[in-house]
Amino acid sequence: MEKELFEQLEDILELDPGTVALTDAFRDYDNWDSMANLSVIAMLDDSFGVHIASQDFKNLVTVGDLAEEVKKRMA
Amino acid sequence: MNSLFSLHTKTILVTGASSGIGRSISEMLAQQGATVIMTARNEARLEATMQSLPKGNHHYFSADLTSDEAIKELVTELPALDGIVLNAGMVKTVPVQYIKRDDLDYMFDLMLHSSILLLQQLLKAKKLKPEASVCFISSVASQKITIGNAIYSAAKGALNSFAKSLALELAPKKIRVNAILPGMVQTGILESGAVSEEQLQAHLKNYPLGRFGQPEDIAGLTVYLMADVSQWMTGSLLTIDGGYTLK
Repeated sequence: MEKELFEQLEDILELDPGTVALTDAFRDYDNWDSMANLSVIAMLDDSFGVHIASQDFKNLVTVGDLAEEVKKRMA
Repeated sequence: MNSLFSLHTKTILVTGASSGIGRSISEMLAQQGATVIMTARNEARLEATMQSLPKGNHHYFSADLTSDEAIKELVTELPALDGIVLNAGMVKTVPVQYIKRDDLDYMFDLMLHSSILLLQQLLKAKKLKPEASVCFISSVASQKITIGNAIYSAAKGALNSFAKSLALELAPKKIRVNAILPGMVQTGILESGAVSEEQLQAHLKNYPLGRFGQPEDIAGLTVYLMADVSQWMTGSLLTIDGGYTLK
């Protein structure tokens, strides 16, 4: 699951493959903007069937937080 | 009270009437003397709205207007109408790249197709009186674009064009057709958590009058459109947005 999450984030944020790490604060990536914000939420729904409201999404900080949230909600 | 602003002789149908703007419209039309007929999907909320109306011969019908059968049944039950406010709607924020056909179909069904087909059936059944008033609740999102709202904006834009087309076709019967384009209105849609408090506060800076709309702000304009005082207005798109589109 993490591998796919990394690839999807790299795709949305136009990052080189293999650059995303669990400890990264994803809002610090250069290409992060409101469009990326919406795209990540939509991607989680599309790829993992996980729906996270903006109200909850704002509390997630690192890529690891994202992965944990996805795992929790998929369980 | 017999004036051009009175609704005392009017029977008016409100769709999407059980919550948010639709509920407020139902209440205000009834307060101004109209007999209000409400429809929405959620029967419990319709009943709650019914309880909040001043006494009168009001009715409600629980119906899912995305179903042709439900539209036909509703039209059969309805009396001849002096007015209709079409308010059913929903918001789903998703970038274009992630749009799914199911979401596209459902949102267009709910916000556009159901209204078009309901009006068609009302006209066929001659349930819209001569000089009736039709009012669509559209959105400034049809004209001022924000990211992630492509389906909503497209559906509301189509609704605007449909309102104008219908206005021209029904003008010989003196039936007038207009659309209200509200800016952001504080309703349950916003309280669902889909938009964070921080995002709302940031968006509020775009409103020169310093606040989002309240459902009553929009309901007041429907009173004007349903009353005889607006009998020379048709095909108009009326923006009411606290100055949002000025910037």
